[in-house]
Amino acid sequence: MKVLEALLSIFINPQFYKIALTASTPLIFASLGGVFSEITGVTNIALEGIMLLGAFTSIVFTFYTGSAWFGILMAVLVGIGFSWLHAWASIKWLGNQIVVGTALILIAQGITGFLMKPIFGRPGQTDFIGRINDISIPGLRNVPFLGEAIGEINPLVIIAFVSVFVSWFIIYKTTLGLRMRSVGENPEAADTLGINVYKIRYFGVLMSGVLASLGGAFLSVGETGNFKELMSGGRGFIALAAMILGNWNPIGAMLASLLFGASEAYANLLQSSKLIEVPASVKPLFNMVPFIVTLIVISGFIGKTRPPAADGVPYEKAE
Amino acid sequence: MSYEDYAVVMKGIVKRFPSVLANDHVDLFVKKGEIHAIVGENGAGKSTLMNQLYGLLKPDEGEIYIFGKKVDLKGPKDAIANGIGMVHQHFMLVDNLTVAENVVLGSETTKSGFLFDLNEARKKVKELSEKYGLLVDVDAKIEDIPVGMQQRVEILKTLYRGAEILIFDEPTAVLTPQETEELFDVMRRLKEAGKTMIFISHKLNEVMEISDNITVMRLGKVTANLKTSETNEVEIARAMVGREVVLRIEKPPHKPKEVVFETEDLWVKDNRGLDAVKGVSLKVRAGEIVGIAGVAGNGQTELVEAITGLRKIEKGKITLLGQDATGYDPRRLRDMGVAHIPEDRLKHGLIVQYPAYYNMILGQQWWYPYSNRGFLNHQVIYETTKKLFEEYDVRPRDINMFGGNFSGGNQQKLVVAREINAKPKFMVVAQPTRGLDVGAIEFIHKTLLKMREQDVAILLISMELEEIFSLSDRILVMYEGEIMGEVRPEETTVEEVGLMMAGKKLEEVRS
Repeated sequence: MKVLEALLSIFINPQFYKIALTASTPLIFASLGGVFSEITGVTNIALEGIMLLGAFTSIVFTFYTGSAWFGILMAVLVGIGFSWLHAWASIKWLGNQIVVGTALILIAQGITGFLMKPIFGRPGQTDFIGRINDISIPGLRNVPFLGEAIGEINPLVIIAFVSVFVSWFIIYKTTLGLRMRSVGENPEAADTLGINVYKIRYFGVLMSGVLASLGGAFLSVGETGNFKELMSGGRGFIALAAMILGNWNPIGAMLASLLFGASEAYANLLQSSKLIEVPASVKPLFNMVPFIVTLIVISGFIGKTRPPAADGVPYEKAE
Repeated sequence: MSYEDYAVVMKGIVKRFPSVLANDHVDLFVKKGEIHAIVGENGAGKSTLMNQLYGLLKPDEGEIYIFGKKVDLKGPKDAIANGIGMVHQHFMLVDNLTVAENVVLGSETTKSGFLFDLNEARKKVKELSEKYGLLVDVDAKIEDIPVGMQQRVEILKTLYRGAEILIFDEPTAVLTPQETEELFDVMRRLKEAGKTMIFISHKLNEVMEISDNITVMRLGKVTANLKTSETNEVEIARAMVGREVVLRIEKPPHKPKEVVFETEDLWVKDNRGLDAVKGVSLKVRAGEIVGIAGVAGNGQTELVEAITGLRKIEKGKITLLGQDATGYDPRRLRDMGVAHIPEDRLKHGLIVQYPAYYNMILGQQWWYPYSNRGFLNHQVIYETTKKLFEEYDVRPRDINMFGGNFSGGNQQKLVVAREINAKPKFMVVAQPTRGLDVGAIEFIHKTLLKMREQDVAILLISMELEEIFSLSDRILVMYEGEIMGEVRPEETTVEEVGLMMAGKKLEEVRS
């Protein structure tokens, strides 16, 4: 009985919703990035690496300039540069996209690990450097429950949700979006109609760099205010899962990200719950909840989603 | 010289590829408003010629004039700007977009520059579709519409871009007879509207039906320019292959022997879980060809798959060489002497990304001497492939080439060579000549008759009535998963079989 009470009481705790939103935000950014890349036909498993680099870059520039917003701007630029490598190798040189993506993840881990010492004087993690402050929403703050859940909110969380709708609009309402979808499905057909397949794919991959880097920046300057090695912690892969579960649609990816974020929040609160007594050594097991949810949901639903037909297939112009 | 009266003039076109001279000083004259057929065997250079007209390839030598004006086509964009449109053999459509979106893609209707105006697109496509009688559902996704409608979308795409000259690259290869008729109606309407059309084909009866003039190509050269009303199929065929072709093959008498294969009350379901084969019973004897006629989609595919172990048998029994073989998997059936020439060689006959030598032993790879104690014996595999390439005249003679890179006719020869090399006792042959040219068809037919003489039992499934009639000893007609009747080709008529194909039982037809 006590266990059930503990399990259910979390849902009426406003903190749950606040933490869930925070946990979802990096996933939303990164999964949108995945959508942009894959809808044009380029598989981007490098999201994990781009996030890590975004988290690092934003902290570094916040450290030097004192402005977290400037840090974020630089994270976006570095994200573009880093994903450009992906585009260059896999679009221009028709590289295997999984291999390229994996290489980029390892490079990101290597660079961030290596630069810790020269910049911050020690490996592992930095001190608190600075973060973007939450803003309070005037009318909402004093509303019971809701005020506690979303009365104070990080601007990046709002930007994430705005990005969802902007992405949806670009992909489904503009000519650019129509062309992106055609390139990811049948690049040859698009090519015969005078659409530049390479340009569109570059655009998709670079957008994934922007968004995944924002997701990474949220982890550091949006949340903790410091940087830890490997702090992306598999979120890039969960974002890929969210993208797939969301059927390569921005709205779907957002909903899936919220689901995964909520399960992470749930695991957190369960660990600190006073109602159930578990030895501290067992508590880390709760951290697996989001991943288990991922597995269950993906294996249960994946049959119903449909990837872009040319996803992951390099396009070579016929001679 | 002025080319004012011609929609297209291609003069002295030369196109070289590393291994072959694809176009050797080709001249093509297409008058305004006519339907001009280009016929030739696979590899004759028709598609190469058209790809140059559409700007996909650049000629090494020669000149192109469109409506009397000399043009230099650097890409499809230039061709489109000059009023040329191409209906590709493999449709260039985006499956997950709607018909309207596909038609306008690349030249979209817009609102304030970057917003896609779907309503305007739908309206324009509807207008075009009504104007030329090209019936389409503008809001349907491509993946949900039948092949015939997909082709109409391709035609609309060219018209939307203002095409005056339409190139049809083997448009009927993928169509049912009914869809072919519909296409011809559309082509006639386009002709009335003043469009010029180039029709690439190797189906002579279709060329005779629809074209005004014919250019015949062979090995990269033009071998004849004919006026359709003054020629016949035999003359075209001769120009195509450079010798007399036996359009109807001689079938020597041959006495069938014991029953090799038998099904009793066979029931099979299709992919949607509906009954596709409903209680089929048939027998095939050694040295006999049994033909199954029928319109595509009446359960033939499922029947073949059930017989070859690719699909589950719901009910009924299969007897092979006197042994109950119901539910055997393909490997076991192959070991017992079943060979299968599948209807879709790209899907089930070959692995397109395997070199020819592996394709040549597929399904036999565990047999000695190709494999010995679990290891492949490559030397033997290479030699066998080389020998079969010679024997079956597969071109080019490059055993390292990927299966997918051979022309259709040569892919089929590869499959046939492999299946016959397995020394089968029972062969299931589905659509063996689909998409092949006259020369290759003749070769395949002769080969099948040779197998018959060697006392192989053959079950032939074909949509081509002519093929069924000229090869079969007995003809079974299938309709909605049932056998409508059995006839002998010498005792029946095309009309009688046609009525059974439309769902009349033999007793009803003959009463």
